[in-house]
Amino acid sequence: MAVIKITEKNFEAEVLKSEVPVLVDFWAEWCGPCQMQGPVIDELSEEVSGVKFAKLNVDECMSLAQKYRVASIPTLLVFKDGKVAASSVGLQPKEGVRKLLGV
Amino acid sequence: MAAYDVVIVGNGPAGLSAALYTSRANLSTLVIGKDQGALAKAERIENYFGMAEPVSGCELVENTKVQARNLGAELVTDEIFHISWNSKGFVLEGREGNYEALSVLLATGSSRKKADVKGLTELEGHGVSYCAVCDAFFYRGRKVGVLGNGEYAVHELLQLLPVAGSAALLTNGHQMETDVPEGVPVIEKKLLSVEGEELVTGVTFEDGSSMELDGLFVALGSAGSADLALKVGAVTDGRNIRTDEQMATNVPGLYAAGDCTGGLLQISTAVGEGAKAAMSMIKFVRQQKKAGV
Repeated sequence: MAVIKITEKNFEAEVLKSEVPVLVDFWAEWCGPCQMQGPVIDELSEEVSGVKFAKLNVDECMSLAQKYRVASIPTLLVFKDGKVAASSVGLQPKEGVRKLLGV
Repeated sequence: MAAYDVVIVGNGPAGLSAALYTSRANLSTLVIGKDQGALAKAERIENYFGMAEPVSGCELVENTKVQARNLGAELVTDEIFHISWNSKGFVLEGREGNYEALSVLLATGSSRKKADVKGLTELEGHGVSYCAVCDAFFYRGRKVGVLGNGEYAVHELLQLLPVAGSAALLTNGHQMETDVPEGVPVIEKKLLSVEGEELVTGVTFEDGSSMELDGLFVALGSAGSADLALKVGAVTDGRNIRTDEQMATNVPGLYAAGDCTGGLLQISTAVGEGAKAAMSMIKFVRQQKKAGV
């Protein structure tokens, strides 16, 4: 499944109201580790079903980053039923993301 | 095009061993060393291959430096604070200047310089950060502290000053070892704990006093391999850099060898890993050149 780009506008519909768990990758262009995290998320989105994968650029969605107390990137948040069910800070290899998702 | 084919951070057995191979393979090779590291303390090495008589760590390293120079490697003394990466290669930021490379080997040994301050680990990523360049963005107009007392701490502070509302250096009981930019407060009191539940709210000192902070950037001592790995996006297991059998990290062109990869902390292992990393780097650099990078 394609990775969804999160904006302030679609966050509620795509993440909070999603019927399946959503993994959101908080990232930015200028963040070195984020450049390595991105491809991991892309690959997993092809491999894992039943989970929605999304990326949120903190430069474009600062208020969402603040709302979820993101203070370091990459940060991964897993949303289930509109709530944060799991989180990790710092670059995660594939198996780390899988563990976070429980898949 | 990058200035060097290979830049090696660290001039211990792993780094120098790699330099021997990459220079012999005719790759332009720069070795950046800060000091003599763990081996400087080894007075008698009796368990290394080919030594009829014990040799000191210093002697072994100095001999290999001569050997590397003779083969064409360039050796400089500098301290690296940051590494960034793009499709063309790597940029390493040091005290003396910047260096560009097609491939980089991290071989600065291991260091266990985590400060024993309550709350520091628990609040990692929630106000405690190990990378000012990466995370300064989140502290626009806010109060930050940098934990450290050397050049590395000042480097991190300089990344924060243009962005943060205010920044102070916290030396945790040590004296500053370098000049501090004008107007930056230096607090030399020993730290007891980092405060905050979901996010850092401040620090408490051993004398009972406290200070309000929104973020604390850790920059103790000098940036070790694991710190540099973190900044460039290499996966680590604790303080050890994760590599495959060819000593490659998950970042294309970035390799690690020696004590910073964990395992047996021995010269023989470091030398072997350095050689393996060098083989991988030679292959990588040749491929990059062929591809016109």
